[in-house]
Amino acid sequence: MNAIATAPAAPAAAASQKNALEVRNLNFFYGKFQGLKNVTMDVAERKVTAFIGPSGCGKSTLLRTLNRMYSLYPGQRAEGEINFYGQNILDPKQDLNLLRARIGMVFQKPTPFPMTIYDNISFGVKLYEDLGKSDMDDRVEWALTKAALWNEVKDKLGQNGMSLSGGQQQRLCIARSVAVKPSILLLDEPTSALDPISTGKVEELVHELKSDYTIAIVTHNMQQAARCSDYTAYMYLGELIEFGATEQIFFKPTKTETEDYITGRFG
Amino acid sequence: MQMNTSPLYRRRQRTNLIGLTLSMGAMALGLVALLWILFVLFSNGLAALDVSLFTKDTPAPGSEGGGLRNAIVGSLMIVGLAVLVSTPIGILAGIYLTEYGDSSKTAEFTRFVTDIMLSAPSIVLGLFVYAIAVATVGNFSGYAGSLALSLIAIPVVMRTTENMLRLVPGSLREAAFALGAPRWKVATMVSLRAARSGVITGLLLAVARISGETAPLLFTALNNQFFSTNMDAPMANLPVVIFQFAMSPYDNWIDLAWGGALLITLAVLVLNILARVFFREKVRT
Repeated sequence: MNAIATAPAAPAAAASQKNALEVRNLNFFYGKFQGLKNVTMDVAERKVTAFIGPSGCGKSTLLRTLNRMYSLYPGQRAEGEINFYGQNILDPKQDLNLLRARIGMVFQKPTPFPMTIYDNISFGVKLYEDLGKSDMDDRVEWALTKAALWNEVKDKLGQNGMSLSGGQQQRLCIARSVAVKPSILLLDEPTSALDPISTGKVEELVHELKSDYTIAIVTHNMQQAARCSDYTAYMYLGELIEFGATEQIFFKPTKTETEDYITGRFG
Repeated sequence: MQMNTSPLYRRRQRTNLIGLTLSMGAMALGLVALLWILFVLFSNGLAALDVSLFTKDTPAPGSEGGGLRNAIVGSLMIVGLAVLVSTPIGILAGIYLTEYGDSSKTAEFTRFVTDIMLSAPSIVLGLFVYAIAVATVGNFSGYAGSLALSLIAIPVVMRTTENMLRLVPGSLREAAFALGAPRWKVATMVSLRAARSGVITGLLLAVARISGETAPLLFTALNNQFFSTNMDAPMANLPVVIFQFAMSPYDNWIDLAWGGALLITLAVLVLNILARVFFREKVRT
């Protein structure tokens, strides 16, 4: 538990590549159906790791084990180990709320809370930090700036979050997740519901954020994975087929299944 | 094949016309009934509508004039207390059913009992409250009246709150959980907030419902000829006054009964319109 509370929000650069998350022999079940089969991989600190694969391959399932989101639903369970800076988060004694404050998630569908833009951002911060008014103002501005949204909304912080456009709403959700200063950001197909311009903006964001945050992104858009990520994991039917540096996966895949998917021969 | 005048097309047109006529006729029937009620109410009750309705108390048998002041105030107090009690209980129960219990056995059982209470005859509820709160203490009271009305209102508020909360998308809750929010905060600050307008609409409709309930008040608050704000004793209220005055031989009593009926109808009408306007505005933003 202590490892979670003191896990660095912006860890110092290490000489060798450190892992923020280490997944070992992970099996996942939706009731009787097995969604993940013996997955073992690492999520490198302050790098972008992409999960790709055809529909139903388990990439979103894998992402949702990383912040124990599945624990909200009684029929779903995971077996194995996921080590977050040495602490196994699959431990039943794990404080889930604290974990999710350290590992944030942005979803496919933009979901602004039914509050003002300012309150949307401060909601998460108020959960675990006690900031005075001016400190909170600074944090809100900082988060919105990080999400490249500050200039567009700085004069209308009192407006309802739902009055923004789709692309702006998604950036608001990213700002909301960033505001609590998590160690890791999980992005579940963050641009699927957005137009190409907004998609481009979000991808730029991911590139900037990775200098401070570890990022894991699920995408069904292979070009996006190739553009944005440092490491890529290709999954199929619940199994991790291949995992490695993005250049290697896209230019010299070692498995034929990977090559077939990358070149569009399949999927 | 001709497109416009073939027999098949003409047959379809005829069937369409018959269907349209039948449904519009049914609608007109319903509308006529409602408008007729309102017309009779207004024409009989308007005569009694003047300032003295609100300034004078119910008249003794045989005396002239009079008003409904004590009944209006009594109704406001009894209904007011019932709303105060049933709102938090109903909303919290609705939150439990959606956010915590969901499909657990306790939640299923609660829903089952609520459905029974929703369709329980109000006179039965009135008798029940009589047995536990009037016969035991030895006197009728405004408090017992509020209790009986609360028993009617709580299931209504509970059900509407639950239904409105169910409309909130799960993705919104997940987004709040993903920030590390505990369940009670997700339930109140996100889910309830998103369902706010629907829940308030449900509240307004529950108030409209209990404003006109007579049977439970007959056994609990009874009635009071004089002005009183003491809820520990029998209290005047509009529905029971109407009941008492409507079938009496006194003209002024009958006039006052129509006036009271008109007042209640207007109150219910206003509450329904408010609920509709409120809900539609919120849905649009």
